Amino acid sequence: MDWKLLRKPPRTSRRSLHWTAFASLAAALLGWWLVSRFAGLPAFILPAPEQVAVRFWKALTDGSLLVHTAATLTEVLLGLLAGTIAAVTLGYAIAKSRLFEQLVSPYLVATQAIPIVAIAPLLVIWFGPGIFSKVLICALIVFFPVLVNTVVGVRAVPRPFHDLMHSLRATRGQILRMLEVPAALPVLLGGLRVGATLSVIGAVVGELVGSDHGLGFLVNVGRGQYDTALVFVAVFTLIALALALYGLVSFLERKLLVWQETFER
Amino acid sequence: MANPILTVHDMSITFPDRNGDLDALDTVSFSVQPREFVCVLGPSGSGKSTLLRILAGLLEPTSGSFTFAGGKPKIGMVFQQSNLMPWRTALENITLPLELQSVQADEAHARAQELIDLVGLQGFESSWPRDLSGGMAQRVAIARALIHDPDILLLDEPFGSLDALTRERMWTELSRIWQRRQKTVLMVTHSISESLFLADRVLVLTQRPGKVKLDLGVDLPRPRADEMRYTAHFGELARRLKEAIG
Ligand SMILES: Nc1ncnc2c1ncn2[C@@H]1O[C@H](COP(=O)(O)OP(=O)(O)O)[C@@H](O)[C@H]1O
Ligand SMILES: [Mg+2]
Repeated sequence: MDWKLLRKPPRTSRRSLHWTAFASLAAALLGWWLVSRFAGLPAFILPAPEQVAVRFWKALTDGSLLVHTAATLTEVLLGLLAGTIAAVTLGYAIAKSRLFEQLVSPYLVATQAIPIVAIAPLLVIWFGPGIFSKVLICALIVFFPVLVNTVVGVRAVPRPFHDLMHSLRATRGQILRMLEVPAALPVLLGGLRVGATLSVIGAVVGELVGSDHGLGFLVNVGRGQYDTALVFVAVFTLIALALALYGLVSFLERKLLVWQETFER
Repeated sequence: MANPILTVHDMSITFPDRNGDLDALDTVSFSVQPREFVCVLGPSGSGKSTLLRILAGLLEPTSGSFTFAGGKPKIGMVFQQSNLMPWRTALENITLPLELQSVQADEAHARAQELIDLVGLQGFESSWPRDLSGGMAQRVAIARALIHDPDILLLDEPFGSLDALTRERMWTELSRIWQRRQKTVLMVTHSISESLFLADRVLVLTQRPGKVKLDLGVDLPRPRADEMRYTAHFGELARRLKEAIG
């Protein structure tokens, strides 16, 4: 059955992946250090790695980094949750009903044409500089990819499985729970993986436009005070945050989709 | 004849199609006795799968009707592809029909274990479907079709995707299971030897639209063995089926 096509290609071995990642990271760090050391740029243009490390330690020990990271993480997670719930619900309805799809798809395509980044200032004006406007931006940015993956996942359930369930007189709820959810899960988690990274972008955009906390706010503070090392600290923390979320979804995939392949330890 | 368990009366179905409607079945009538093994033989496209889908309640006939003795029957279905859910282990696939009926897990497992012994799958209970060979996957599918004690088994070319050797081994297995479990079976096939090896009766459907052209009793003694193929009587029955298919 074409079901096998949904399987993922075999992965590069984890250990060799770790090594190549480590090597390229070390090379980048060395390059950065060489440029900052010998290019003669002032620290507010390009701080040296050790200056950023010192700034990181300071932000960490005075507690400000934790506060702002926690603020961004909260927005990211709430936005991801809200966007995913809305997208999965609507996506399921679209997948199950052609009529509903024809009713809502023009609006969905239209909203997709709006660049969220461009209307972020509008959302901050309307809903204030607090957490709500950020969560909304995250949710909006997460919504579409998760919606599309839900529709694709639910529609891709092979018809013979539906025939089997109907021949056994399964109820709608049983078909949802025992067929559609597990069958669509791989594609859905793929959408969530993309959504998690997008949600971080959404939160930062919202914070840059207007807020009094969060890592995006920290970027603004650093820029305003010519404290470029602080900008670097905030950016690196954001990268770590996005990677952690990505890793979390990958971990979920490995736990929930053991049936797909034998993962390497 | 005694009371049939299934009676099909003048059943026709037409699929609406852009370039003219497509008649798939044309006034099909037959009946099946309890514990009878009936094969439906026909060229591909003659509406065999459609017939099974109607009987399983997945499609409505355009006209005509069918009745099961005792109202809505419990159905056990096996498809050409094993149709196992890849996120369930072999055992979990077998217990699916019982889960749908909210049977307690330990009772479901006990019944599944019995069937695993019957179809010879000991040791593969916790295998994923991707790790099963075609023949083993079809055994799982047969066990799944039997576990909720169905009134009738509907088999749609269940061995069509297996290699010739495995297929013939599965005939013997299915024969044995059928005799052990005393089930009524309606099985679709396009293989003459398969139908003669398994069936009490063979219904031959014509090229589209499918119509019953021949209803042939198979009076070969059981258990049927491979050598049976070389007997004159087998040859005679095969010839009549071949003629009817055309
Ligand atoms: N849902 C459907 N819609 C339209 N045509 C169909 C449908 N199902 C089957 N058919 C057509 O009906 C005919 C009989 O199909 P089928 O029952 O699958 O034949 P068989 O199983 O004997 O090969 C074929 O021509 C097929 O294309
Ligand atoms: Mg068919």
